[in-house]
Amino acid sequence: MISESIVNISAAVISASTPLLFAATGELVVERSGVLNLGVEGMMLMGAVTGFAVAVSTGNPMLGILAAAVAGAALALVFAALTLTLMANQVATGLALTIFGIGLSALLGSGFVGQTVPALPKLALPGLSSLPVVGPVLFGQDGLVYLSVALTAATAWFLKRTRPGMMLRAVGESAESAHSLGLPVIRIRYLATLFGGAAAGLGGAFLSLSYTPMWMEGMTSGRGWIALALVVFGSWRPWRVLAGAYLFGGVTILQLHAQGIFSLPAQVFSMLPYLATIAVLTIISAGPWRGRLTAPAALGKPFRPSV
Amino acid sequence: MQVKVEPRSETSRAVVYATPVLAVLLTVISGYFLFLFLGLAPAKTLYHFLISPTLTFYGWSELCVKAGPLVLIATGLAVGFRANVWNIGAEGQLTLGAIGAGGVALAFWDQSGVWILPLMCFAGVLGGMIYGAIPAYLKTRFEVSEILTSLMLTYVATLGLGILVYGPWRDPQGFNFPQTRMFTDSALLPLVLDGTRMHVGILVTLAAAVAAWVLMTRAVIGFQVKVVGQAPAAARFAGFSRNRTIWLSFMISGGTAGLAGTFEAAGPVGQLVPHLTPGYGFTAIIVAFLGRLHPLGIIAAGFLMAISYNGGEIAQVEDRLPQAATGVFQGMLLFYLLACDFLSRYRIRLASSRREVGPS
Repeated sequence: MISESIVNISAAVISASTPLLFAATGELVVERSGVLNLGVEGMMLMGAVTGFAVAVSTGNPMLGILAAAVAGAALALVFAALTLTLMANQVATGLALTIFGIGLSALLGSGFVGQTVPALPKLALPGLSSLPVVGPVLFGQDGLVYLSVALTAATAWFLKRTRPGMMLRAVGESAESAHSLGLPVIRIRYLATLFGGAAAGLGGAFLSLSYTPMWMEGMTSGRGWIALALVVFGSWRPWRVLAGAYLFGGVTILQLHAQGIFSLPAQVFSMLPYLATIAVLTIISAGPWRGRLTAPAALGKPFRPSV
Repeated sequence: MQVKVEPRSETSRAVVYATPVLAVLLTVISGYFLFLFLGLAPAKTLYHFLISPTLTFYGWSELCVKAGPLVLIATGLAVGFRANVWNIGAEGQLTLGAIGAGGVALAFWDQSGVWILPLMCFAGVLGGMIYGAIPAYLKTRFEVSEILTSLMLTYVATLGLGILVYGPWRDPQGFNFPQTRMFTDSALLPLVLDGTRMHVGILVTLAAAVAAWVLMTRAVIGFQVKVVGQAPAAARFAGFSRNRTIWLSFMISGGTAGLAGTFEAAGPVGQLVPHLTPGYGFTAIIVAFLGRLHPLGIIAAGFLMAISYNGGEIAQVEDRLPQAATGVFQGMLLFYLLACDFLSRYRIRLASSRREVGPS
């Protein structure tokens, strides 16, 4: 009985963490290339609505997931064109991306409100999923959950061990030096931004296809912003970001369960993830380890190669 | 022929003021195709969206009602944006302002007097300032990104308002609807013109815009804010404190947002409800940029956004345009504006390409 509820809660925590993990991992790569894209919330919403609409229309959730990644990347392309080619302010453009994404997703999704889509099939890994307790938690999730963890591992490996990964980090530390070494700064930043958009789109698709299989206006409810905070929390390192995402998934599930136990208004508990974000950011910034010191040195600084 | 892009030695002022117009034009053209894509008659829908709200006197009075809070908030935000202080949680500060003002109105519900409204305004401004003080403190003391904290606090504020109107502040005779009692006459803003919803808050907003203009162009503090934003190193040499600028920005923008929340609660709404505004705090960010962070420009931009709200409602009834189209228009406008800004910093020239003649 008790072990069963532990299994259920753990599975719920993993599920609640996955959209954050996708979006935060994507944004991590973007920021490591020196670009600050505050439009994560907008890209997630576009991914959520596109994934849902395509899955409902075609009956194929795989196509939906693919379309969500494309939609997220498409919105990211707008951001990249504005900030990298037209040198617009990154903060303002990111905000515009979120405002636009909220509006456009609501517009596109207005015909899909109230429809349902069958939840993604659970992908039980044979053998492993029948292990007691940990089996169903770790190996009975749907495919996107494994993908999110694989994405973290791949990102960590890519940034640390591969030549393109090192080029990306170099661009994020000093665009001028990277440029003088002959690295294609703008192209690398474009690619990183597109990757971030696709990952945010996947996070959105997980929300609308798996976590709560439906479409609702503004259904990300600030997860894109929490993902941005997670990148800071994880001090721009993939595995720490994963730990942060699971911590926040835990807070989300914890407050849902606490609502049934304490007789306080439900809103008090709904505040917790947001308050936790502020608290965690403060601790990270104030603590002796000073997470911000590891921020990419060129983060948010515009760069235009002088021909 | 070859297109050459070269930086301007000085940003062109003419282009700076022309870009918003260009951005609006591009947005309208894109809107035409958006409506076409949605299967609506584009010309007719655009007419309802952009022209219909401005055809009657009452229509203009309603634009004033909508533009009021946008201009008031954007005026405050513009001060911070000039200093590179990014308060994007104005919606939360607005909510806290409304809670403060509403608390006063409900506490003195069975009393009347001319002192109630000023007290509400005081509580509203204070509420917005206190809420703005949190990101300001965390930024100046711990270097926590004010963007993230001010936004997170907006969600907290909305939930907090929910607790009050679903719980202790709910109207006992309200059939369990999540709303407070209607404010009494002493707690409602007097109307400027009978037959409209224009209230004295709009006049206060105009005064605030003028005051902001004086502050930014004639006072040392305005100069200080600009220097801190544009040249942080120079500001340090001049002894202009970055932290003081952050505090000043948040106090001004939090205060104006709180006052806007007060005016909404004590004006067109007349009570507290879970969602007091259609996101004025966020739209005001667009208004501030579209108005080039200049008080007069902000007033014009506020009216344009008001048109998008009221026109959106008209087109919703007349053409079944989904309500969300308003948000798409606002986002698109900001995109185009940011893109057009390129023109004020760079010159695009058509130059004949010189071919190098080499031995072949």
